[in-house]
Amino acid sequence: MLNPLAAVGRGVIGGCRTVGAVVLFALTGVSHLLRPPFYGRLFVKHLLEIAYFSLPVVALTAIFTGMVLALQSYTGFARFNAEGAVANVVVLSITRELGPVLAGLMVAGRIGAAFAAEIGTMRVTDQIDALTTLSTNPVKYLVAPRLLAGVLALPFLVLVADILGVMGGWLIGTTKLGFGSAGYLKATMDFLQVMDVVSGLVKAAVFGFVITLMGCWCGYNSRGGAQGVGAATTAAVVWSSVLILALDYMLTELFFAQ
Amino acid sequence: MTEAPPKIRLRGLSKAFGEKRVLDGVDLDIRAGHGMVILGGSGSGKSVTIKCILGLIQPDAGSIEVDGRDLLSMPRRDREALNDRIGMLFQNGALFDSLPVWENVCFKLLAQKRITRGKARDKAAEVLAQVGLAASVGDLSPSELSGGMQKRVGLARAIAAEPDIIFFDEPTTGLDPIMGAVIDGLIVDVVKRLGATAVSITHDMASARRIGDDAAMLHKGRIIWTGHASALGDTGNAMVDQFARGEREGPIQMELRR
Repeated sequence: MLNPLAAVGRGVIGGCRTVGAVVLFALTGVSHLLRPPFYGRLFVKHLLEIAYFSLPVVALTAIFTGMVLALQSYTGFARFNAEGAVANVVVLSITRELGPVLAGLMVAGRIGAAFAAEIGTMRVTDQIDALTTLSTNPVKYLVAPRLLAGVLALPFLVLVADILGVMGGWLIGTTKLGFGSAGYLKATMDFLQVMDVVSGLVKAAVFGFVITLMGCWCGYNSRGGAQGVGAATTAAVVWSSVLILALDYMLTELFFAQ
Repeated sequence: MTEAPPKIRLRGLSKAFGEKRVLDGVDLDIRAGHGMVILGGSGSGKSVTIKCILGLIQPDAGSIEVDGRDLLSMPRRDREALNDRIGMLFQNGALFDSLPVWENVCFKLLAQKRITRGKARDKAAEVLAQVGLAASVGDLSPSELSGGMQKRVGLARAIAAEPDIIFFDEPTTGLDPIMGAVIDGLIVDVVKRLGATAVSITHDMASARRIGDDAAMLHKGRIIWTGHASALGDTGNAMVDQFARGEREGPIQMELRR
């Protein structure tokens, strides 16, 4: 116990074991998507829960981010007479990075926490064991529909965030910074490439998978009553957020590194 | 006259969690069509025993036979088919919060596609009537039910698919004595009507005598006595008699301090 090397070794082994368990859990969840029975009703419920009910928070985040981005880039670019690039910077930043990352973080806080709390409560009140005794595979019933809903809902939310983020920039650009409406939109569309949007949507799908996976994993493995459910909820949000940021870098490297 | 083979046979069942050995070679025969009550103090391994039989916990050693077939070496499909014939009433009901009562009651039938959603409400009303609840209860959420009603709904869910083995985990815990007697009466009635084998775990002596034909006492991970439930309190085994009479002094010493 006092040996620091042993402590480090235990930590590394524990970490590897956890990563392996999460990967197995994810593969099991995905494999259940390919085998009947399918829980279409649950899938639609989770899709609505993620895509529809997260719309307000994602929309507000996107609009204000677009507005701030326009304002900041204008004041910054004004120092070397590059104010004309504001529309380009806003659309590029929103579609490639801020749309998927901020929407992902918002949904991680909202949905990751909710999934972990719900499944965690089911775990500590024997409801997951009850599923098994009722001839229902808990992973198929609880995890698989949520994973699919997350992968499909996040790109939709990010598409909305992209549009509203650009509109936020346009609003500030035309009302405060002196850009013409048509000119701002033309600059936006001229500069935007399909790959900018597609890369953001692919990121969103990956983030959607990670958020729902961590919410389900942390809840499914929670222990010890209310305190355990609370810890699972916190862990789901923290790990989803960290993974979103780490995967964002990796995916950016994959899409845009020269 | 040859004795009928047991419905469930446990031999050498062992399970440890870390260094804590919970089951230490449990041997037990449970007769078909009879009620077996497993007694024991808190932490004696009662719940772990039935979770091993249900396949919720994998034992470290030993065998579990149902109708002469070893569950632990059984193919997964056969194991799932066996689970279809088993019902379980959990200690706290373990009702699914997200579903109305009628869907809880018919969950297994719906999962096995033995009934359509359209007919499930009528079936739920029929089963609820068997446990003394009105059809209107079917539209309520589990959170709207009292403890006694939750037990009844849990019982309705356990018997809805007409299983031939039913497990009861502390069926009267948390109920007042009258409601406890009502639940016991319902258990005896439904088990007799279905001709099922019932396995109950409890430390409520009055309940044990009401619902059990046979009884077994689990102490420190081993079965230390088996006999007729009616003999409880006068078995000649000092430990069992102390437990049945609820006496403070005797061979069983509570570990108040570790």
